[in-house]
Amino acid sequence: MIEYLGLLEKKMAESIEVTIRVNGVDHTRRVEPRMHLTDFIRDELGIKTTRLGCEHGVCGACTVRLDGDIVRGCLVLAVQANGQDVETIDGASDRGDLVELQAAFHAHNALQCGFCTSGMLLTASSLLAEKPNATRDEVREYMSGNYCRCTGYQSIIDAICEVMENRRQTVPQECESGCAL
Amino acid sequence: MTLVSDIEGLHSANGPVADEGYIGARVSRPNARRHLEGRGTYVDDIVLARLAHVVYLRSPMAHARIGTVDADVARSMPGVIAIVDGKQVAEICSPWVGTLTHLVGMKSAPQYPLAMERVCWQGEPVLAIVAESRQQAEDALQTIVIDWQPLPVVAHMETALDANTPIIHPELGDNLCFSKTIDTGGVDEVFTNADCVVEETYRFGRHTGVTMETRSVLADFDPAERKLTVYQSHQAPHMMQDLYARHFSLPESAVRVICKDVGGSFGIKVHSYPDDFATVALSMLLKRPVKFVADRLDSFVSDVHAREHLIRARMAATVDGEILAFEIDDLTGVGPYSVYPRTSAIEGNQVLNITGGPYQHKQYRGHLKVVLQNKAPTSQYRGVGHPIACAVTEGLVELAAQKLGIDSLQMRKLNVMRDDAYPCTGASGIKLEKLSHQQCLSQLEELMDYQALRHEQEELRKKGIYRGIGLAVLVELTNPGAAFYGVGGARIAAQDGATVRLEPSGVVTCLVGVGEQGQGTETIFAQIAADAVGVPMDRVKVVTGDTDVTPYGGGTWASRGAGIGGEAVLQAGRALRRNMLEMAAVLLERDPASLDIRGGQVVDAKSGEFHLEVAELGRIANFRPDTLAAGSLPELVVTRTYAQREYPFVFTNGVQASYVEVDIETGFVKLLKHWAVEDCGRIINPLLVDEQMRGAIVQGIGGALFEECLYDDSALLRNGSMADYLVPMASEMPDIEIGHVQTPTKTSSLGAKGAGEAGTAGAPAAVMNAINDALLPFKARVTEQPITPEKILRAVGTI
Repeated sequence: MIEYLGLLEKKMAESIEVTIRVNGVDHTRRVEPRMHLTDFIRDELGIKTTRLGCEHGVCGACTVRLDGDIVRGCLVLAVQANGQDVETIDGASDRGDLVELQAAFHAHNALQCGFCTSGMLLTASSLLAEKPNATRDEVREYMSGNYCRCTGYQSIIDAICEVMENRRQTVPQECESGCAL
Repeated sequence: MTLVSDIEGLHSANGPVADEGYIGARVSRPNARRHLEGRGTYVDDIVLARLAHVVYLRSPMAHARIGTVDADVARSMPGVIAIVDGKQVAEICSPWVGTLTHLVGMKSAPQYPLAMERVCWQGEPVLAIVAESRQQAEDALQTIVIDWQPLPVVAHMETALDANTPIIHPELGDNLCFSKTIDTGGVDEVFTNADCVVEETYRFGRHTGVTMETRSVLADFDPAERKLTVYQSHQAPHMMQDLYARHFSLPESAVRVICKDVGGSFGIKVHSYPDDFATVALSMLLKRPVKFVADRLDSFVSDVHAREHLIRARMAATVDGEILAFEIDDLTGVGPYSVYPRTSAIEGNQVLNITGGPYQHKQYRGHLKVVLQNKAPTSQYRGVGHPIACAVTEGLVELAAQKLGIDSLQMRKLNVMRDDAYPCTGASGIKLEKLSHQQCLSQLEELMDYQALRHEQEELRKKGIYRGIGLAVLVELTNPGAAFYGVGGARIAAQDGATVRLEPSGVVTCLVGVGEQGQGTETIFAQIAADAVGVPMDRVKVVTGDTDVTPYGGGTWASRGAGIGGEAVLQAGRALRRNMLEMAAVLLERDPASLDIRGGQVVDAKSGEFHLEVAELGRIANFRPDTLAAGSLPELVVTRTYAQREYPFVFTNGVQASYVEVDIETGFVKLLKHWAVEDCGRIINPLLVDEQMRGAIVQGIGGALFEECLYDDSALLRNGSMADYLVPMASEMPDIEIGHVQTPTKTSSLGAKGAGEAGTAGAPAAVMNAINDALLPFKARVTEQPITPEKILRAVGTI
């Protein structure tokens, strides 16, 4: 048992150098192979805007963008993200990428405690990009990977549907500026 | 802390502010902005110098003696700072017993932060492993070997009191924690002579709160000054301050509890937990800050659970449908220790008090037995007893309506307390100030277009589509006085204070004992303060969640934040306004009664003519007091406290309806729509009240259909992960339409009652009744929650 653990420990300790671009800045660190991306973002870089709700890939609170796609930060290892581009909620906010969704979430009170909100907004933005013509039921389905215990979801769905509807009513050229349709 | 820096939402999506002010307006939450960018601060986001991390080795067994502990490997592992056991912690932290004196005869055993010689539930913390990083602590934990010596387990509450069942705490004599009976007398006679008696057994599974942010606490003890600062995700900072002070023998003034952002609470974070005390002890022993953040697996076995009730119930009615009496027999299992300091007997006690609550019957008998068992401790979780009482009551009312051939809505209309009957006392003894059942039922009928829906249901049934409509009338206790805890000896404040002060800049700072967990507390306090003083809301700054800063108070529980905290803010704001007017009157050489404060300006009360900016009062009072008349200076800092003392609780009421479709082949339930009409008294912010209702309804639906902590016969939790324990997801939930009736309470000048829990109280009953209505053609009923597809298929005889 102890020998095995010693070996394990040694393997674990063999850290690997990674360079990950987070919100436009390259960060090079030596990390243990087992470190997941969220721990890398939160503990190594001190960026606390992404949340850990379950650490087993269910709740969606740790959702971040990896090379533009949403992923669960607790299910991606930092070493897997080597050479890739990560964006967190604050980075996306600073770029003004989520303005419409944030305004709609605010107006509909589509958040209470805020813990799920980072992941919820990034998932919602991915939905807008992937399925700009989604029905209300499809919006509910798409958002089902992100848990919220406060709102009961309706205000979140209302907010997303409102942004979607507003975008449909504007000419596509205007739409492209902020939403990568 | 929130600076209400802008309220642009007022002028855009939310429409203009009502003429009469902010109270009653749909104001967006200014403090939501930080969350929309992920910039909130939860405990796990706080990093201090020399911060150590603790993980707890928890019992893998439900009941066992702690044999030899081999932690030698762990001690030598990288980063490990200390491994601490129960005895070491007990040297500086005194044990507790979770009882209340007004729950007569209640028993529980002394409990320590870490188990001493024996563990009594799977998940009980045993050893603390402290390391430089959490990962290092977790690595070390894996290597610890304990020689567990299993003891006989009390797994089932039904047999907990049997003579051959082992007694968990032999010194208590049995496994009975608490029992109570309410009896109006005359009950047997009514049941013997009644035209119609319906009888049924209801079961409610254990579930838990699953806050998105897990429980977390960061203790920072300064050994030089012997001062303790605790950052905690909690609803009641002053309660924790008191507990830490007393159990660590520190002066109360040496303990500061800070609650920054709290990622969901729902009652899960209103209790003290053994690992809270252990984490504080570690900081004191190690003389450095120590952080504990439960991981999700910790949460399922160590957060309080709730419910787990088995209720035999019956109701008597006349042939015309008049309800004559209810009788219930409630058995509930609460784990091996009653939770401290609110106890584990309140839920059962409330089931007893609330059952039959909306109705006019005169006879009632309720028996309650609260028993100990080797499962995770249970205690207050959103709705506390109400979802159970409501489901039992409304299940029986529905059953009687069916039996008598009376329409569901008509049955309620016949029997609810009349809107002109108040104040009055319900059969169980609950004192009711003023409710509006009749108005709510009428509004619901219209809101859901009840008759049309019945017609649709009938037509679809002919086509083999089985839909059901379920109703649930409810009462909900809010704005508690000292009746809950204070009278039982618990140092949990029934009052809350607010300090409102005018800053030199003209900003009004408002410090309140009630804090924010996302429900919008700080927003409504800003609305109230803005109206009370007469300034724009963007000039109000609200500060909560810090025992060194805010007035003392009870915090957030029992739907008291708006009603108790809000009234304190209103009183303090009004007093500040009077003082400001008096000061302005001196400066302007006018009668104060001829002046008013509106929109941040001192104006003529009649003509509205501008006299002074409020900021000018702040400037003169602070920087040019020499220009003021001799004598005492204007009092521009005012504190007021409020406690509701006229009733034990101020009840609210409401009614909900659920529309479901049951797939008879699979047993799956599709929630098509949900309606609620509620009366929480004066509505301060309809946007926030609606969202409280919706969120609470969905938590109620979770318990009704999905959520259950499943234990095996060894009292081991079988589904303690987010993947196995089901909570509602967006795709399963219905749209929820909300209507309001406003019957302000006269116990305060604000008139607000609570709105946080009524949704959870009514939803399980409405959904259960809807499913049973859908199953009517099959003469099948389901009365065990969560109502899973399997239970439905069993009820219809498919399996």
